[in-house]
Amino acid sequence: MSVTPYIVLSSILFTIGCVGVLTRRNAIVVFMCVELMLNASNLALVAFARQHGNLDGQIAAFFVMVVAAAEVVVGLAIIMTIFRTRRSASVDDASLLKY
Amino acid sequence: MTAFWVLAPIMVIAALGILFVRKAVHAALLLAVVMISLAVLYAALDAPFLFAVQIIVYTGAILMLFLFVLMLVGVDASDSVVETIRGQRVMAVVAGLLLGLVLVTGVGQISLGAGVGLADANSGGNIQALATILFSRYVFAFETTSALLITAAVGAMVLAHRERLVPKPTQASLAAQRLRDYQDKGTHPGPLPPPGVFARHNAVDTPALLPDGTASEASVSRVLAARGTVRSAPALADDIEELQRQIGDAPHAGRTGSASAEEENL
Amino acid sequence: MHALHEVVHAPVVDPSSASGVFTLLWLVIALPLAGAAVLLLGGRFTDRWGHLLGTALPIGSFVLSLWMFIDVLGRDSADRQVSQHLYTWIQVGHLDVGMDLLYDPLSSLFLLLITGVGSLIHVYSIGYMEHDPRRRRFFGYLNLFVAAMLLLVLSENYLGLFLGWEGVGLASYLLIGFWQYKPSAAAAAKKAFVINRVGDIGMSLAIMLFFVTFGSTSFTVISASADRASTGTLTALGLLLLLGACGKSAQVPLQAWLLDAMEGPTPVSALIHAATMVTAGVYLVVRSSFVFDLAPNAQTAVVVVAVVTLLWGAIIGCAKDDIKKVLAGSTMSQIGYMMLGAGLGPAGYAFAIFHLLVHGFFKANMFLGAGSVMHGMDDDVDMRHYGALRKAMPVTFLTFSMGYLAIIGFPGFSGFWSKDKIIETALADNWLVGLCAIVGAGVTGFYMTRLMLLTFFTDKRWEKGVHPHESPKIMTIPLIVLAALSALGGVMLIGNWIVDYLAPVVGTPPHENAPLPAIVVTLIAVLVVAAGVTLAWFLVGKRDVPRTAPQQVSPVVLAARNDLYGDAINDTLVVNPGRRVVGGLLTFDRYGVDGTLTGGPVAIGAVAGQLRRVQNGFVRSYALSLLGGVLLVVLALLAVNLA
Repeated sequence: MSVTPYIVLSSILFTIGCVGVLTRRNAIVVFMCVELMLNASNLALVAFARQHGNLDGQIAAFFVMVVAAAEVVVGLAIIMTIFRTRRSASVDDASLLKY
Repeated sequence: MTAFWVLAPIMVIAALGILFVRKAVHAALLLAVVMISLAVLYAALDAPFLFAVQIIVYTGAILMLFLFVLMLVGVDASDSVVETIRGQRVMAVVAGLLLGLVLVTGVGQISLGAGVGLADANSGGNIQALATILFSRYVFAFETTSALLITAAVGAMVLAHRERLVPKPTQASLAAQRLRDYQDKGTHPGPLPPPGVFARHNAVDTPALLPDGTASEASVSRVLAARGTVRSAPALADDIEELQRQIGDAPHAGRTGSASAEEENL
Repeated sequence: MHALHEVVHAPVVDPSSASGVFTLLWLVIALPLAGAAVLLLGGRFTDRWGHLLGTALPIGSFVLSLWMFIDVLGRDSADRQVSQHLYTWIQVGHLDVGMDLLYDPLSSLFLLLITGVGSLIHVYSIGYMEHDPRRRRFFGYLNLFVAAMLLLVLSENYLGLFLGWEGVGLASYLLIGFWQYKPSAAAAAKKAFVINRVGDIGMSLAIMLFFVTFGSTSFTVISASADRASTGTLTALGLLLLLGACGKSAQVPLQAWLLDAMEGPTPVSALIHAATMVTAGVYLVVRSSFVFDLAPNAQTAVVVVAVVTLLWGAIIGCAKDDIKKVLAGSTMSQIGYMMLGAGLGPAGYAFAIFHLLVHGFFKANMFLGAGSVMHGMDDDVDMRHYGALRKAMPVTFLTFSMGYLAIIGFPGFSGFWSKDKIIETALADNWLVGLCAIVGAGVTGFYMTRLMLLTFFTDKRWEKGVHPHESPKIMTIPLIVLAALSALGGVMLIGNWIVDYLAPVVGTPPHENAPLPAIVVTLIAVLVVAAGVTLAWFLVGKRDVPRTAPQQVSPVVLAARNDLYGDAINDTLVVNPGRRVVGGLLTFDRYGVDGTLTGGPVAIGAVAGQLRRVQNGFVRSYALSLLGGVLLVVLALLAVNLA
């Protein structure tokens, strides 16, 4: 069984996540797109683990999940804080730090 | 591979849906579809542990956290899909397509051949094998993640914590404030009027009627008023008049809704 | 024309070491200097008695000077040069300058003039400045002025002389601008300072050239070895010294500051014009006789400058209505006579100094008299508002008359003797120069008579509310003393005393074969002066004087009123071209030098100003550039791997 289709699927999902990050304005949706990208890379890791016959790829995917969990916790807390002060969850509204 | 070919189109369509749906809740649900499908793919790829973790941690915990925050934040202008930065969407799509093209062709160029498979590695059980690696070769990274998680938890608490700048108001001070407002601005000191309770209507979107027959704005939630979903008082009598018209006896046919509604209340 | 100089060599300065009273020579300078230090550093603690101290110290110097003078009179004429070494001032390489003082007949006369007339002016100032809140400071400046001038005439080398020279310049700046709240006074002080600096350039260049040529700046060394230098060097030295003298003595072309200097209090004008500052140039030329005697071309330049100045000043004096400016013009003219005498070589040095001394008397007398008149007329200086003051101010009138008779050269008075001698010498040297000097004397007679008539005779033209009165005794007593000196100053010429007395310093005048007998020259000069006086009587005394100056006047009068366009000439020749050059340099600096240096940064700044627009604050834009970067990296990797 070849894992190439898995890798292609992973690439497509990653690209979709990328475009989502670039086009959506709701900070939470942007975050979801980031999660999508992380998941896509996880898929590639697991697929390669199978391809090479060792479990290091699965361990890596596991660590990615842990980091993603930590990132989501902090990221959502930041979104909450910004929303609390600015009454907006739009990433475009927080644009004061510029030229 | 059957599972893959079934799930892959579903995942791609769901992922594309995330790009196009307006409401964040729908995006979250579509993401859940992608993640559960992923979990199935993990199972197909001989990774039962990750299958469980994907379901429990990602779909169960993280995605629920998303929904939780979505409920807190609510709906606002950021859900609009109208682009505000000039050229951003076009450039994003072009760059994204280019990236996808490069990745897919790049992967397509490589012939991986038949994989080794995990039959050997998983011979003693997938979870046992993972644990052996995790607690030997990756033990330092594993311990570091604990620090990371604690830091993240503390960070989230710090960010979410709100400092109380003024002492918490007591019941006495609130009462005093109400009376002061009444003195200064004429605000009604008592509780707000409850919604109207009529023979056929009893809900929070039904305004109470004042003695002169007009609706009391204070009796319904401002949010409902802003959404425009408050029932209009005269319309409450519409179905009665409809019944009377059906009966054929229309003693009040000439009267307007407001007055008949008043009569109905009495 | 200088044939008669060739046989003469300037005497060598060869002083003996100081002894007896001359060990106190330093005290002559130190006393007024100490006064200046106490008054200026002591602040308001000295307000109550400062003016008394400031007057007593110059008087002390005068007493010392008189004592030394008497002492030196008793000595043999060859033994009248005394020097005192105070300390080594500068010792660098070959430059060895000592703080040496030189007392000889020339400086002895200057000492008496500076301390004597200076003390009288101090006494007068006690009355004149009585109501000025800054009187103590005024006396401090006066003392500084006197001390600097004394250092100038007592120093044994050019560097010390230059120190005094600059001190005089500083003190004159402070005093001319004493009423600094008046913009005109501040401007006049600045003008005097700047023009003096022009002269100082010549002076400092001369000192450097002395050092290069002779390896020393000491009079003793230079006078002993002057004939070893080439004529060209000596001529250059003479011209540079002349430039310095022109600046300090207000000679053409550096004359413009003198008339504006009248903005200072009147005693300052008296001090500048009579006893100190402007005589410094004459002193310098006479002191440097060992240079000028060997540089005939430089002497000719001195004569030309002198003649132009004496006519220039006289013409200006004719047209001014401001009493002090008339006197200033006359000072310029009289200094011209002195420079003329000094330019004529050994034949004229003594007479130049003689005229300088008597001029010091009568000009101080007249300036203080003018101050007294202004005192009585509420500080009005316009002579057209005076008239018939001889009754109201009898003492001032009488003393002023003495000065007047002296300056026009009325026979018997001091000015007669001194001016007559200079005219005679000039005629013997060159008939054109002599003629100009005689004409100048006539013009002097005209404008001084005009001044006398406008002030003390003719009708009353006083402003309303002005009640002329005689000045207090403290002001009139110095006037009386100076008037006596003006009248009797001629005694110095009895038996050719002053010529013989100065001979050890400036040399013995040669026997001239005059083209005309002396008595004839005297007669002609007196007649010309009489003509000038008569002309003034008919033009001013016999007519009604309008209270405002007539505007319909001839171009000559207009030119004279405008100082013969001295300021305009300066502006055209120096100030405006200078401004244009500076403006051009400024533009070059700003756009050329700065442009080159800052062009790079400015260009970078401009590019950065556009580039910063990329930082638009939108996270999604940044993410887009991130994606672009990722694309590039992936493409590069692919290209490398596939190649």
